Amino acid sequence: MSDLIYRVKDLKVSFPDLAHKPLFGAAPRTSVLKGLTFDVARGDVLGIVGGSGSGKSTLGRAMIRLLRPDSGSILFEGTEIAQLGEDDLRPLRKRFQMIFQDPMSSLNPRRRVGGIIAGPLRLQGFDDIPRRVDDALEMVGLPKSFSERYPHELSGGQRQRVGIARAIALKPDFILADEIVSGLDVSSQAQVLNLLEQLVRDLGLTLAFVSHDLSVIRRLCSRILVMHHGEIVENAATADLFANPQAEYTRTLLDAIPLPDPDQVWA
Amino acid sequence: MHDARGQIRRLPGLRLWLSGGWLLLLVLAAVFAPMISPHDPLEQDLFAARLPPFWQQGADPAYLLGTDSLGRDLLSRMLYGARLALTVALVAGTLTCLVGATLGLIAGYFRGWADLVISRLVDIWMAFPPVLFAILLIAVLGTGLTSIIVAIVVIDWTRFSRVVRAEAMSQGAMDYVASAQVAGRSRLGIALAEILPNVLPTIVALLTLEMGIAVIVEAILSFVNLSISTDQPTWGGMIAEGRTSIYQAWWVLVFPLVALFLTVLSFSQLGEGLKDYFDPVLR
Ligand SMILES: Nc1ncnc2c1ncn2[C@@H]1O[C@H](COP(=O)(O)OP(=O)(O)OP(=O)(O)O)[C@@H](O)[C@H]1O
Ligand SMILES: [Mg+2]
Repeated sequence: MSDLIYRVKDLKVSFPDLAHKPLFGAAPRTSVLKGLTFDVARGDVLGIVGGSGSGKSTLGRAMIRLLRPDSGSILFEGTEIAQLGEDDLRPLRKRFQMIFQDPMSSLNPRRRVGGIIAGPLRLQGFDDIPRRVDDALEMVGLPKSFSERYPHELSGGQRQRVGIARAIALKPDFILADEIVSGLDVSSQAQVLNLLEQLVRDLGLTLAFVSHDLSVIRRLCSRILVMHHGEIVENAATADLFANPQAEYTRTLLDAIPLPDPDQVWA
Repeated sequence: MHDARGQIRRLPGLRLWLSGGWLLLLVLAAVFAPMISPHDPLEQDLFAARLPPFWQQGADPAYLLGTDSLGRDLLSRMLYGARLALTVALVAGTLTCLVGATLGLIAGYFRGWADLVISRLVDIWMAFPPVLFAILLIAVLGTGLTSIIVAIVVIDWTRFSRVVRAEAMSQGAMDYVASAQVAGRSRLGIALAEILPNVLPTIVALLTLEMGIAVIVEAILSFVNLSISTDQPTWGGMIAEGRTSIYQAWWVLVFPLVALFLTVLSFSQLGEGLKDYFDPVLR
């Protein structure tokens, strides 16, 4: 088996442009992903950066098949999933998971934390579910007793930990994290990032981390995809990208973002 | 601070108790009507016509709430009337809810052509004046309990489907739905296990409201003599009869009217109270 988790080739996604829909007939489609090609290697932590509306979330959602791309190929561990129907995807779903941006909206308010984490395990036919729920809670640093709580009884950072626990409980090969700290205050942000770093290290997760915060990406990620208007303008290892940005757009991004390293600011 | 919180928490409870209490009383009255009624509700006694309620001059203690112009015992007629009111409320309310909420959930979550068809139907339905629609339907179906229930379901399902559709749509856009999809839940599974529980408090509130409305509709139809056969006591029928003798015997009109009012109010208050109770955030 190859050590590539994803091979994405010429991936295209468009949405109907309802603002320009004629009175009769179908709306014209706007192209959001304009033929993306890249690989994700096992163990990579792939940062996806780019301006708002550049298609980062759309790319992520296509990769875990929350939406069906117009064309192109998505090979996930050797299986072509780009056009698979929901029934054929179901057995694969435990292998690629997602952590959502807004933990309030991504946790069903009528379920207790335990039920929220157990749900996917049950759907995917895991055994020994209570133990797995406890393990997942422990891994994200929440006490077991939290499984009796409702999402609204948690803090923002704790909620996001539940979102992480739900994803890792399935022991997936790949996790997409879409702006998962942007809704949190600075101190919970740091905690969640620390946790993520630790999980990547301990579980050998392959992670795609969508963010427009380059300093966060730099700390967490091994590779970076820079997106601009639905295209990949640069795809490089983190160190290379920061040392020697190739694309014009990457340079403007780097210039615009305050660097976390004080030495560089004063240099 | 502390007191204000206490009040906020107590009020829905009180509402629930009062409305639940009245409805429980009604259920008991309906179930045990044959045992607790002091008289046969249909038995006429022209010598005891228009007897006033017990606290008034000239009352007969055998007729606690007095009699109507044919000398029938009001209390007994009210108790038997409760039977019909509750039957209509429960059966018609529940059926309307099942039909309307199911269609609303399908339209709001599955979207597509199903939504197109259901939403058009709702639009068309809304163009009919409901009472006229009901009278027309009964005229076609003929009078009787089943016709009333069918008429209420046919007319009022849109009340549920409109609200449930909008609610299901906004719930469907939440990330917990996407997250269930990522976990491999089927569309139907998501609709039933994720969306429905979140729409349920609204459905419950609407359901109890609908039960109140069903009682009113039945009363209106009885009032215009289109409900059940005339020899079965109904609150609406009693109100219609009482109207003709309002100056000679106000009680014939007022007692069933008060019962009707309290019942409809209780149903809607019960709904509000239950809605809070069902919400884990408010509870
Ligand atoms: N469901 C949709 N229907 C129509 N257009 C959409 C839809 N989802 C996204 N778009 C459009 O696609 C483009 C890319 O959106 P996307 O959410 O992928 O951007 P993003 O890079 O994640 O931005 P942000 O940083 O703001 O989250 C945007 O122009 C957006 O308006
Ligand atoms: Mg986004």
